[in-house]
Amino acid sequence: MKIIFDKSVQGRRGVTLPQLEPGVEAQLKIDGRYLRAQPAELPELSELDVMRHFTALSNRNFGVDSGFYPLGSCTMKYNPKICEKVAALDGFAGLHPFLPQLPQGGELTQGALEVIYELEALLCEISGMAACTLQPLAGAHGELCGMSLIAAYHRDRGNTEKKEILIPDEAHGTNPASAVGVGFATKPVPTDPVTGRLDIEALRGMINDRTAGIMLTNPNTLGIFNSEIDQVVELAHSHDALVYYDGANLNAVLGAFRPGDAGIDVMHINLHKTFATPHGCGGPGSGPVCVRENLVEYLPVSRVVKKQDNTFALDYEQPKSIGYTAPFYGSFLVYLKAYVYILSLGRQGLIEASQHAVLNANYLMNMLKSDYDLPYDRRCMHEFVLSASRQAKQGVHAMDIAKALIDRGFHPPTVYFPLIVKEAIMIEPTETESKETLDTFIQAMKEIAAVANSDPQSLNAAPVNTRISRPDEVQAARGMDFNYCPQD
Amino acid sequence: MSYISNTADQSQAMLAACGLSTMEDLFQDIPKRLKPRSFNLPEAMSELEVHSRLKRMAGRNAADLTCFIGGGYYEHFIPAAVDAATMRSEFYTAYTPYQPEISQGTLQAIYEYQSQICRLTGMEVSNASLYDGGTALYEACQMALNTTGREQIIVDGGVNPIYCKILESYMANHAEVKLTKIPAAPGQAQRDRIKAVLCDETAVLVLQNPNFFGTVDDHSDLVEECHKRGVLVIQLVYPIAMALLKTPGEMGVDIAIGEGQSLGIPLSFGGPYLGFLATTKNLVRKMPGRLVGRTVDRNDKECFVLTLQAREQHIRRDKAISNICTNQALCALRAHVYMSLMGREGLRELAGICHARAEFAKARFKQIPGVQVAESAPTFNEFTLRLPKKADAVVGELVGRGIVPGLPLGRFYSEMENCLLVAVTEMRTKAEICKLAENLESVL
Repeated sequence: MKIIFDKSVQGRRGVTLPQLEPGVEAQLKIDGRYLRAQPAELPELSELDVMRHFTALSNRNFGVDSGFYPLGSCTMKYNPKICEKVAALDGFAGLHPFLPQLPQGGELTQGALEVIYELEALLCEISGMAACTLQPLAGAHGELCGMSLIAAYHRDRGNTEKKEILIPDEAHGTNPASAVGVGFATKPVPTDPVTGRLDIEALRGMINDRTAGIMLTNPNTLGIFNSEIDQVVELAHSHDALVYYDGANLNAVLGAFRPGDAGIDVMHINLHKTFATPHGCGGPGSGPVCVRENLVEYLPVSRVVKKQDNTFALDYEQPKSIGYTAPFYGSFLVYLKAYVYILSLGRQGLIEASQHAVLNANYLMNMLKSDYDLPYDRRCMHEFVLSASRQAKQGVHAMDIAKALIDRGFHPPTVYFPLIVKEAIMIEPTETESKETLDTFIQAMKEIAAVANSDPQSLNAAPVNTRISRPDEVQAARGMDFNYCPQD
Repeated sequence: MSYISNTADQSQAMLAACGLSTMEDLFQDIPKRLKPRSFNLPEAMSELEVHSRLKRMAGRNAADLTCFIGGGYYEHFIPAAVDAATMRSEFYTAYTPYQPEISQGTLQAIYEYQSQICRLTGMEVSNASLYDGGTALYEACQMALNTTGREQIIVDGGVNPIYCKILESYMANHAEVKLTKIPAAPGQAQRDRIKAVLCDETAVLVLQNPNFFGTVDDHSDLVEECHKRGVLVIQLVYPIAMALLKTPGEMGVDIAIGEGQSLGIPLSFGGPYLGFLATTKNLVRKMPGRLVGRTVDRNDKECFVLTLQAREQHIRRDKAISNICTNQALCALRAHVYMSLMGREGLRELAGICHARAEFAKARFKQIPGVQVAESAPTFNEFTLRLPKKADAVVGELVGRGIVPGLPLGRFYSEMENCLLVAVTEMRTKAEICKLAENLESVL
């Protein structure tokens, strides 16, 4: 398909702008030495050209609305349309973020401040934590914020020796990267090969006075719930280390487990995973951070407070705050959608969402475990990890299975993660999928397993039903073509 | 309202297939002592009820004021086609393009977005986006620290104070980093003050054009001075102004960043926004964030993939150059659609309208007794006024009349209590500017 710049026709326009009024001079009042030499070569297209181009691009994509998308760890559930409708309301979308910072400006944005205040309270009740900030702009940004809170806590106490964060070896890559981003060193804690849980004895041997915190995900990336989480917390606290809970998998345990009840100090919630805000080709996300009482005073500013007259206001008077983590109040239009989702489902709906997510995952796991290896054969939560080790002996690897699924009309699961499982295939069906969809997927997976035995080479060629075959990634890295220059 | 597809019968059949009888059986790994101590949440609502409630809440926000506030976040017109194109669910319900064969739409769009940003800024390579302009500054500074191995960051006084606050928050965790801030004042970058602190330990100088006070500058001389000493330069730019102004590329800047909100993204009460970051080819391996490259498939057909991923957290973990994974893809897509609609001439014309109306406003406000324009240097579409009384008080009075005359600067700089930062975009008509002038006259 043509690059948009190659569709450009000189003189064509996609917008008409208002004329300047009489008395408003068009002449530039900026000296030539401050101006660019040549215009920016943006494409010249009609509105129809633009719509055709992006419609054609969209036809080369696959979303949750297109079909089953069991991308493990990413929670590709259905995104209710009401959320989009609400986020498009002018009273939210058109609101300037500086308004509540003006004198008496709070009055201008009471509805928006109420959304923030109420959603924070809802997330606190859901997580069992004491306080919440909606500022972090994505899950990984939440991690950075949460790690900053841990750093601030230790700085405030003069715990200068606390420089290390312990992280299970199955964790998301963002965990160690976030800890390092805040100046900590990290050490991986092994996973018990039998239970699939954090090896608590190994942890006991590693934790010491240098340990600033432990970062864990529960259920973990193998989809296994760690029933010893409260003991991990106790162990950490006995060394004045804090425990960070990566809420990436909170969608598995709504109404069944609250991190706050286990003594967790700080956590983030990926709203796009747990509360159905759209993933948007990779963002924008929203990663609120919730804390226990011990960290409340370090939360970023501003905080939204409810005054005695029941109106809402911004509070910047937090002397121990870590400061600004985002320009304003976070990804407002994203978390607004999560708020709508929580209100729609209500208490029982949220509990059922987790129940069905876990049921769908267990059903798939049970139906597939005879055809693929299941390294941790136990009840799973919202996702599970198969291994293509058996198929790999025939020369069919996890990536080949992923590509074969594309040919059969599915978005593939996550492959090669978590790193501790060889030939990993990480499957997360989510609660919104029906039994019929899961059964079709099961059939496809079984058929692929059979073909892996009978005709393995055919799977190495997959996908064949797509507009392109597998891209040459080495050429992409070597060619360094990131910016379209037609004369090249 | 529930979005579960399975019926009770289906769920029962699936439980049976797992050898279980109730939903509770699925959660047996969670011991009794870890069961929730409470879960007090409201009962479910229908779509109709939720919509009515949220519409009421939206109605308690004053989104319809005649607003002259900018400060880095601008009200621009958004053509309807931006929403129509980006609201296709093949875009907004997809995730990061890990499977390129069914994600060519996202990948080509990002590649084209990267190219648009390069053309706008005159830089060689752009990433796929960052969260916002402020966090882009933090990421760009990290990039400069890593590249130079030095530890001092100099931030010019014209850099948006909100971005400075974000940078300070993160740098508080890195005691070795020395953050030097040049005192703020309306007008161009204060060369003498910058040169006085620039030294061989300096990793990077951060500049903004037009700066926070609206002043336009050419930083070429500063870039030259920095490069002589092995210092990198970050320049923050306003993308609409880039249609007219000398680009960071033309000035020799190393890392150009900015807030992309103006490119078709609504003000949204603070987010989601769009951070852009563009640099030179020789710094690309130090650049944070996703990057799309053009390549070929097995049949030699042109296609696009995520590339140079060895920089990133999912590969390098604790050795990654940034923890960022999710970016702002849908916001970048909006910006791309917007730039495609505006086009080469449209964006220039738009920038011209903003500038012309701002100049008209500047000239009109100068006639008000006691009001001065704080800078003599050229401005683009924003300028700083010195009022004969506290700007807070003036704003307070005019808001009641449905006009927000600008951003009072005392909130950021205690010595600028009488200063008001006024922004004019194509949304503000001559009539509205005149109405503001008359209202200012009546309260001053």
